[in-house]
Amino acid sequence: MTPLAGYLLVAALVFAIGLAGALTRRNAILVLIGIELMLNAANLNLVAFWRYGPHPELLTGMMFAVFSIAVAAAEAAVGLGLVIAIYRHARTTDLDEINRMKG
Amino acid sequence: MSVVFWILAVITVLGGLTAVTLKNTVHCALALTVAFAGLALLFLELDAQFAGFAQILVYIGAVAILVVFAILLTRGSETPSEGVFSRTWFAGLLIAAAVFAVLAWAVVNSSAALPHETAAPTVNVQQIGHALMGRYVLPLEIVALLLTAAMLGAVIVAMHEKGEQK
Repeated sequence: MTPLAGYLLVAALVFAIGLAGALTRRNAILVLIGIELMLNAANLNLVAFWRYGPHPELLTGMMFAVFSIAVAAAEAAVGLGLVIAIYRHARTTDLDEINRMKG
Repeated sequence: MSVVFWILAVITVLGGLTAVTLKNTVHCALALTVAFAGLALLFLELDAQFAGFAQILVYIGAVAILVVFAILLTRGSETPSEGVFSRTWFAGLLIAAAVFAVLAWAVVNSSAALPHETAAPTVNVQQIGHALMGRYVLPLEIVALLLTAAMLGAVIVAMHEKGEQK
């Protein structure tokens, strides 16, 4: 197995774990944690392809990962803000109980 | 494949696994931090020092703290009586397993075509700075704008509305 394949497999495993967390947990914050894990797995793919691909001196993959980290930080801030707003309104973060579009 | 890689991979995967399975949400946040640290160390192992330290600063320094704040502000650490997994947990698990099977199948099948060990690229901070200020200056500005907008948006969304009862 080449090193790149090892990294890709680890990234696939982390992605699947994040997806499982996002799909199975009740708590909205845990769903966000799962989404963060999925984003991180994608970043690992980007950096691994940058390291083992042609022309690493162009920095393309690493820059992509760095920008992706910045966007993920923005997503986390807005997502957790939304969870807090929903909690204030519905008094719960249980996604099975938040089942109304109307407030 | 080096021993270091396997150790880091195990730390990362175990951290992620515990982060989505533990009952107490605060423990989940701590396990998530371990997974983030493992990923940062994997970045360092991949000779991407800048991305690794950015990962430590942004994820361990900011996102993990934000998650802990959100858990404490929403009393999310209380374990619900009907369990921590949703009613449709089995379907979710099945979908995740199917996604992993497809991804792993694709990686293993294309393993022969993937590039082999290459010389470590020599990247210093000066090159990264030149790239950020030259080739990637427009994305950098857009990210700066996005972060400002996201910060304002998060504050406005989470702010108390006027006249709302506490």
